Amino acid sequence: MQTVAIKGGKDGLHISLSETEEWQGVMADLASRIDQQSSFFAGARITLDVGSRPVRKDELGSAKALLERRGLTLYAVLTESNTTIDAASALDLRANLITPPQPEGNHASAPEEDGTYGVMIRRTVRSGRTVRSQGHIVIFGDVNPGAEVIANGDVIVWGRLRGNVHAGANGDESAFVCALDMIPTQLRIAGYISISPQDKRHKPKPEMALIRDDRIIVEAWH
Amino acid sequence: MSVGGKVITVTSGKGGVGKTTTTSNLSVALARNNQKVVMIDADIGLRNLDIVMGLENRIVFDLVDIVEGRCKPRQAMIRHKLFPELYLIPAAQTRDKTAVSPADMIQLTDMLRDDFDYIMIDSPAGIERGFRNAVAPADEVLIVTNPEVSAVRDADRVIGLLETENKAPGRLILNRVNPEMVRRGEMLSPDDVTDLLAIQLIGIVPEDENVVPSSNSGIPVTLNENSRAGLAYRNIARRLMGEKVPFMQLSESAGLFKRLTRLFSGK
Repeated sequence: MQTVAIKGGKDGLHISLSETEEWQGVMADLASRIDQQSSFFAGARITLDVGSRPVRKDELGSAKALLERRGLTLYAVLTESNTTIDAASALDLRANLITPPQPEGNHASAPEEDGTYGVMIRRTVRSGRTVRSQGHIVIFGDVNPGAEVIANGDVIVWGRLRGNVHAGANGDESAFVCALDMIPTQLRIAGYISISPQDKRHKPKPEMALIRDDRIIVEAWH
Repeated sequence: MSVGGKVITVTSGKGGVGKTTTTSNLSVALARNNQKVVMIDADIGLRNLDIVMGLENRIVFDLVDIVEGRCKPRQAMIRHKLFPELYLIPAAQTRDKTAVSPADMIQLTDMLRDDFDYIMIDSPAGIERGFRNAVAPADEVLIVTNPEVSAVRDADRVIGLLETENKAPGRLILNRVNPEMVRRGEMLSPDDVTDLLAIQLIGIVPEDENVVPSSNSGIPVTLNENSRAGLAYRNIARRLMGEKVPFMQLSESAGLFKRLTRLFSGK
């Protein structure tokens, strides 16, 4: 497969990068491909597909800078790797986790659990940031007031949830939200919305929010 | 000590929290410690640093004149009367933030690094072009905030933006702390603030009524030996230079009578 594959999409240009070649080499190939046809690319919005390659923040940053020097905007990143999702989030880029194709096999004898896909963010989400996923979201850190977490699936915050959260954003009422300290500004599950009681003296304890009896309830998370 | 000067940008997000007061006071405190300091006012259109430094009537050229090639940096630098190694490059008042770019700021500070120990940049409020101009050349960013919910929210946003620009984490200055109000639970405590912002605290500056008259007179409060805010700024300057200075006791030193009263009223 070639190192850099480029095609047009409805949202701009879709650039796929080799999953195995050395990053410096891939960047050099990308630069020369763009420079060869600079008028074709002018002003385009780029979605970068890195497949299963784990891309670090500094590597992704160099790709973003490379594109910006040529007048292109890096808009989104497609990846199968959590490391890359983390890097994209640190640079404030949209990132979508793509599911790798399931291997064909004899399902009757498969002893392993199939989970469903999610993204993991290993830092506190600060005010003004948004974390989005078509799957689940796990945050290892706090969600500060003014931050948003939006998942089609569940949301788990291993820290203090103080911002806005929306689980089951595509309408899934079975989605839940868990946090070690559940004090969101606004909490939504599917089409339901709820706010925290204003109790300044509360003691932080792990809780789970879910829909039961046609409303959002919050109970202790054991 | 100079391995080339260090660029420090003072920013906040929220307006009115004390960036200009902090920049002027830290610069004077550093100059008092025999450092060579140049201040740059990056708040184009709403310049203030010249006023609080008492240098307003000596402005001939400004930052935009340098960037647009009408003068050399040295011609725009105003030297302080008391400290011969302390200079100010004022902002322009009749232009706006688009007159300067982040690249211009980096180019200017690169020219100044050989001649100064510290280049102190006073950032405007906000998170748009003016902020990006001020932060672009920074080796370190100081974030000023007040113990007040809107200020802290804005500071959090700014720290998030610094993380994206690779200028994180920055260090925090908590300004205008009123120890009595904290004690009564009417004001956020330093712990409440650092709990949310999760960056290192480099200084706590108490509320001090000496600050307003000092801005009005153009004599930074650092030079006032009786001012607690002045002492706090002098301590922050020492910490910037690498010294370990313990944080001041926040509560006013209460007389014996006051302490007894507090004991009996059970607070």
